[in-house]
Amino acid sequence: MNGFENDMAHTLSGVMLLMSFLLLYQRRIPGLIHAFAIQAALLGIAVSWQAVMQGEPHLFITALIVLLFKAAFIPIALLKLIQRLSVPQAVEPVMAIGRTMLFGIILCGLSLAVMQSSPQASALIVNEKLAMALAIVLLGFLIMIARQNAVAQVIGFMSIENGLVLAAVEAKGMPLIVEISVAFSVLVALAVFGLFMFHIKDRFDTLDTASLENVRGEELP
Amino acid sequence: MNIGMINLVLLLSLPIVAGLFLAAIHKPGIALKLHAGFAFTEFLAALGLAFSRPEPTRLFMVDGFTLCLVPLTAFILFTTAWFSHGYLAHDIDTGKIQARHLRLWHVLFQSMALSMYAALVSNNIGVMWVAVEMATLATVILVGFYRTHAALEAAWKYFLLGSVGIALALFGTILLYFAAEPLLGQGMNAMTWSRIREVSSQMDPRLLRLAFVFLLVGYGTKIGFFPLHAWLPDAHAEAPSPMSAALSGLLLNIAFFALLRGKMVLAGNVAAGMASSLLILFGLVSLIIAALMLLRRHDLKRLLAWSSIEHMGIMGVAFGIGGPLGSFAGLLHMIVHSLVKSGLFFAAGQTIQTLGTQKISKIRGLSASHPRLAILFGLAFLAAAGLPPFGLFTSEITLLVAATGKSAWLGLALAAGLLIAFAAIILKLSGMLFGEPVENPPPTHPVAISSVPLALHLAIAAILGLFVPGMLWGFMRDAIAMLG
Repeated sequence: MNGFENDMAHTLSGVMLLMSFLLLYQRRIPGLIHAFAIQAALLGIAVSWQAVMQGEPHLFITALIVLLFKAAFIPIALLKLIQRLSVPQAVEPVMAIGRTMLFGIILCGLSLAVMQSSPQASALIVNEKLAMALAIVLLGFLIMIARQNAVAQVIGFMSIENGLVLAAVEAKGMPLIVEISVAFSVLVALAVFGLFMFHIKDRFDTLDTASLENVRGEELP
Repeated sequence: MNIGMINLVLLLSLPIVAGLFLAAIHKPGIALKLHAGFAFTEFLAALGLAFSRPEPTRLFMVDGFTLCLVPLTAFILFTTAWFSHGYLAHDIDTGKIQARHLRLWHVLFQSMALSMYAALVSNNIGVMWVAVEMATLATVILVGFYRTHAALEAAWKYFLLGSVGIALALFGTILLYFAAEPLLGQGMNAMTWSRIREVSSQMDPRLLRLAFVFLLVGYGTKIGFFPLHAWLPDAHAEAPSPMSAALSGLLLNIAFFALLRGKMVLAGNVAAGMASSLLILFGLVSLIIAALMLLRRHDLKRLLAWSSIEHMGIMGVAFGIGGPLGSFAGLLHMIVHSLVKSGLFFAAGQTIQTLGTQKISKIRGLSASHPRLAILFGLAFLAAAGLPPFGLFTSEITLLVAATGKSAWLGLALAAGLLIAFAAIILKLSGMLFGEPVENPPPTHPVAISSVPLALHLAIAAILGLFVPGMLWGFMRDAIAMLG
């Protein structure tokens, strides 16, 4: 494993992290979906790069799944879905954009700090990469918290899974079973999400999940 | 292939067969009966596993801890299927669910059963994670099965929080692999739980601590530890009662099981101390908050859901304290709570269908209006409150002894939480049993739910409070040794 190969892997995960920030300030649903598609495509490239670097051909399967489903099929399906539901395309942020970005930066710092404090002397570089994966995961959470729109929450969730796949492929020799199952689970999750979106849209005429909050079932007798 | 292997294969293939078969049955009456029959065969396979277990492989392993829970899980799935026979038939009669949706119910229920068995017998941290995730996905639709406004909200919340939790648990799993990989080499070995456990004393404690934090927060979301519990009361309240019973009695246990597998890895490492402290902290906070929340519930099933959070908190404290006493209390609590709480949801389901409401203020004076129902309903509540002779009394007393031995303050805080929860449950129960009856609209359809499942649960819970059968004791001893 030489310097250039590591730098390349670093750059790819760095750009993925950048896309997470891009996701944070999108105000429109199509923008969110596009940014997510780019992040997934970058993940596909990063996984292929790892496949070459580690000499593990099975990782190409993971890369293929990521590119086909997460970078192409799911974004297209989501775009079709929101078109069919003809929902308003603006995302109402619960948290102001500036503050969200600030939180994002804090989370990045946090994940770096956490990972640096656990150095296995032999694998400092791995720890840095794990820190980026963790940052992507945490930013995914931030998206889910800061945006109360069903589609935005789906995107946030899948962005978390991007971070997880990145971490999984960087763990050298981790059996394929995990990556395939993650990819598969995203697919199933999309089906469930889609189902619910139809129902939610059906019942409430909006995808704004804030409208779900008025039935907590704890009203007084 | 020896007999143990055959049992294992049977246990994992019967749910698939059952699901496929029931997907083809259109008549609700027959399907409900067949479902209970299939669940019974699964129970037999699980019992068989207890008598003859297979050699561990890199994917599957049956040890004492597994055997504490597999027959229990299969038994409760069977009684739940039995209970659903009357419950779902009534729902179909009253139009709450459509007869054609019953096939979906059965397929999802069996997928849930399969994933729970897979989680319990897995020897691979990846397979275990996949199984827990599968269980989450299968149950989401079951929680929202009534498709009402509130049920959809509950299911959506459960799905989002459950998925996020499960994602965090995956990160913990990956970190565990990272910690094991330098010692076991790349590939399957470093994901095989029994191998990881063997080398845990040499693993980097800082990486292990980090992994455990992620496992705790991830699986803890599914367990319902405060403050990760937000989905739990809603999901329990809005799901059909058989599903509430399975959620509380089984799914929470499975998540706890996965977390404890993580704790067993840490047990051999210097990082064990942190795992214990964190479990005690999360458990104690959950217990006390839930006990206070119990006082202010107005909805019967929400009351039971908060009681589940309370009991999960008690288990957290017990496993956190560890040692022979603490781990024994935790395991016994886990087993008996499953029986009692799922039984309590059976009783609640029957009451709700009989009276047509789940508001506590509308459930009044059951002892006068429905004396037979009131006896079992009351007994189940007393069992959940921790009165003797039921097993929760035994485990809570053992835990109090263990906690006081560790620190007097911990014992005091634990006792306070237990007493508040006890008072709250008894307070609510007395009103429901002996309060002034209120006029409810008369039921439009007769309720024909069998009381046998509930009676069975209570009988076993009472027996376990008095003594632990030799075979189960053997399994528990194995598990306690590993829990450290």
